[in-house]
Amino acid sequence: MKLNQKMRKIFIAIAFHLLIALLSGITLLPFIWMLSTSVMPTGEASTFPPTLVPKKFTLDQYRFLFDRINLGRHFLNSLILAISVTGVSLLINSLAGYGFAKFSFKGKRPLFIFLLSSMIIPAQVTMLPVFLILNKMGLLNTYFGIILPGMASIFAIFLINQYLKGIPDSLLEAAKIDGASHFTIYWRIILPLAKPVLVTLALFTFMGTWNDFLWPLIVMTKEEMYTLPVALANLFGEHAQDVELMMAGSVITILPIMIVFMFLQKYYIQGILLGGVKE
Amino acid sequence: MNKFELKNFWFYHSVIFGLLILSCQTHQQLQIEIEFWTMGAEGQHIEKLLPEFKKSHPQIDVKVQSIPWSAAHEKLLTAFAGQSTPDVCQLGNTWIPEFQVVDALLPLDTLINKSSVISSNKYFKGIWDTNIIGEKTYGVPWYVDTRVLFYRTDILDLAGFSQPPTTWDEWFEISKKIRLLSTAEQPKYGVFFSTIHDDWAVPVILIRQNNGILLKDNNCYAAFDHPATIEALEYYLSFFSKDLAVKKMTEVSNLYQAFADGVFSMLITGPWNVNEFKKRVPHINGKWSTAVLPYKKNYTSTAGGSSLIIFNNSKQPEAAWKLIEFLSKDSTQMKFFQLTRDLPAVKAAWELAKINNDTLMTAFYQQLENVEPTPKIAEWEQVAVKIQEHLERAIYKELPIETIVQRLNQDIDKILEKRRWLLSKDLISN
Amino acid sequence: MKTKLFTPYFFIAPALLTLLIFFFLPVSEAFLMSLTDFDIYSLSSLKRARFIFLNNYLQLINDPIFWKALFNTCYFVLVGGPLTILMSLFTAIALNSKLLRFKKFFRLAFFMPVVTSLVAVAVVWRYLYHPRFGVINYFLSFLGIDSIDWLGDPKWAMPALIILAVWKNFGYHMMIFLAGLQTIPDYLYEAARIDGAGWWRQLTNITIPQLAPTTFFVTIMTIIGYFQFFAEPYIMTQGGPLNSTLSIVLYLYQHGFRWWRMGYASSIAFILFFIVCFLAMLQMLVRKKLEQS
Repeated sequence: MKLNQKMRKIFIAIAFHLLIALLSGITLLPFIWMLSTSVMPTGEASTFPPTLVPKKFTLDQYRFLFDRINLGRHFLNSLILAISVTGVSLLINSLAGYGFAKFSFKGKRPLFIFLLSSMIIPAQVTMLPVFLILNKMGLLNTYFGIILPGMASIFAIFLINQYLKGIPDSLLEAAKIDGASHFTIYWRIILPLAKPVLVTLALFTFMGTWNDFLWPLIVMTKEEMYTLPVALANLFGEHAQDVELMMAGSVITILPIMIVFMFLQKYYIQGILLGGVKE
Repeated sequence: MNKFELKNFWFYHSVIFGLLILSCQTHQQLQIEIEFWTMGAEGQHIEKLLPEFKKSHPQIDVKVQSIPWSAAHEKLLTAFAGQSTPDVCQLGNTWIPEFQVVDALLPLDTLINKSSVISSNKYFKGIWDTNIIGEKTYGVPWYVDTRVLFYRTDILDLAGFSQPPTTWDEWFEISKKIRLLSTAEQPKYGVFFSTIHDDWAVPVILIRQNNGILLKDNNCYAAFDHPATIEALEYYLSFFSKDLAVKKMTEVSNLYQAFADGVFSMLITGPWNVNEFKKRVPHINGKWSTAVLPYKKNYTSTAGGSSLIIFNNSKQPEAAWKLIEFLSKDSTQMKFFQLTRDLPAVKAAWELAKINNDTLMTAFYQQLENVEPTPKIAEWEQVAVKIQEHLERAIYKELPIETIVQRLNQDIDKILEKRRWLLSKDLISN
Repeated sequence: MKTKLFTPYFFIAPALLTLLIFFFLPVSEAFLMSLTDFDIYSLSSLKRARFIFLNNYLQLINDPIFWKALFNTCYFVLVGGPLTILMSLFTAIALNSKLLRFKKFFRLAFFMPVVTSLVAVAVVWRYLYHPRFGVINYFLSFLGIDSIDWLGDPKWAMPALIILAVWKNFGYHMMIFLAGLQTIPDYLYEAARIDGAGWWRQLTNITIPQLAPTTFFVTIMTIIGYFQFFAEPYIMTQGGPLNSTLSIVLYLYQHGFRWWRMGYASSIAFILFFIVCFLAMLQMLVRKKLEQS
């Protein structure tokens, strides 16, 4: 009887693992396919039945990509933008999050609710006016054209605010009694304590900026300012029927962000798992 | 370093720096930089032609930038709104009216009149015409395209026809015969009219071949209830209702493969597909050919292609014009064809490159002598997409022609309302 | 210690100023535009624009394609939303289970799609969906299902985009659910086990109710996010075939940037805003009602 029950448990465990493995397999399938197709010679992907393992391994597609576009430059653009947007937005949003979470001031609640409800407005509405503003400032084709509009995020402020609310006021009071200024408290206490949520946001901002397509396409009119996705979309437009080449392009676009994520995922996951701090 | 030394240090450095700036400025006065935007694949090829231009115009630096076709329209308009347009730009010739209406384009007539390279008689008449709005010329054709008939010679033979259709009736007849060649596992249709990706060319071509009209009263109202227009639309739809045209796009997931498999035997498409067919389905080389479109009251086709334009706020229109002249030279046009396979706009380049030696290309030359621009209004693309949209629905739902025409008129009149108002207030001139 | 009057404003000012310049001013500008017929003609001279008050909105109500876009968007939200949430809830619970090994690997696998650029993955999905050479149809053929023209058939294009969206997004919400699951105190489960509750009872009596605040948050975010459904159809189908994947934001984008009818496009944006506002409020009301009972 007991043995039977143990067997049942093991069986359930195996079935459970199989199910999850299958699900993760399906999730990863597009990536695997992308990778394998990208090392096929032109034309091999358009055969039936579909083949996963390349009959002939070749790096031609990658060679072609590196020959044709200034990948280094576009990579650098993407990197500079992603890093600066992340850095600046973390600072500005955490300041605001602290302001909302730990102070009471006139009009705070309505202001906060107003901010929250405006998250519903689709960003596309603002595209033309923002474009015109940037143009007046002479910021088209500069990194600032992407950094400035990306500096503040209501969602980030909201998230930081929620997180900071979980930090007991008693901690801050103690510091105040020791004579710390508000800025010192922010810098010395709030920022270190908020590290998990900040790392989370940092990763998201980084990825969002890295992957963004439409805005850099419009703001960066000069080719040397193109980000990686824009440069590759440009290439795709010319080679829409060359599946293998496009896959290689996709691998190049995705790879850096995957690597960043793999390295940071420890912090990131810590961050999001700590997201609900117990008081 | 004491304070004095520090002062000196800054002094010398600022002098040197100032001199550097000065020398840069004088250098810039001599050297002119012009910006040139191209779309899609043309950008890369153009780089190969530029060294020659640089040799004859060492003081002009050309900066080429290519824009993906899929986002070109958005990007050009945003650039215009932000006054960050380039000097020279490639523009699809159906876009010219739109950019003309916002005064974005520089009229080129005086430049053309002075030019020893460019004159209208060197070009296909219908194509040149696409650049004229009102009395003025706003662009110079760069490369051209038009739609002709691609057909499978072997399948037409099987159906008992040694020649491609020359009239509408023949076209329909051949399609019927080809339909009869279908087998259980391989349906064979006469024609394939693409109804995806805003492909409005075929119905518009047919309407005009029947001397039908699209718009009336100075392009202010839709005129789809014109009897000749209705007749042309009925003809177009009959291919679908009689099951002679591929209706389910599923069967043509890959155009090239489907043509090779004989899913359809006739197709109206442009020059870019000649090489695609040769490259993608080489096993049917020699089994297909091209021909001018079948005749009804005329056999006009679309006047497609790209023009070179100068934006109004270019600071170096003379230098920009020199680039356009260079790109329009017979020899440059020939080289450009050899690089891109885009059909040259200058007729003499066809001779130089011996394009007509390729029998597949002669149809294009003949057809290009018979092309007509689409209505030159800023709203044209919206109108065209509406036509396609309503016809697509008509094909799927088999609506009566009266309903289709009535809805088309209604929708398009709405699009043109702004135009009517602007004209009535004299806010636009044509 | 007393806080000086301006101190909190000092902290929120940089963010508010940025939002003001790059968000709220543009939004109000867009709202003014929605009351005019601002279009390509007006780009060169404002004389060519008319103040038309609510005409854009009236025209929108009579625009069958707008209704089509609204229907498509609701279809996407109502089918894609619950699927995404269920999928993320399921994987989160699985990853949180003590039974599961190789958690790190699975978590990484499920999260991978979230970090990738849609432009890049669209390429591979377009290929997976290929009616002839695509793997999906190949697998379906083993089940005796005929080839489906995923992106070319008006019936299947939307489901195809929904599958893509679920795949791309569930990992994100899964992480939020995981965070929520960690906050459920262990003693609740221990008490339940002592009472002899099986895993199903634990799930329905503890996990799901305890996760309610997280679920609420995720639902709101999903609704807001999915109503702004844009990138998938923009990149994969451009709204076709037969407008079957045309979403509200894509329609807005087409009018705004393709036809440059900024007035009309802005009115679409504000209609979308009102709809989402209404839904968010509705959901809050429902939640309050549920909490009371």
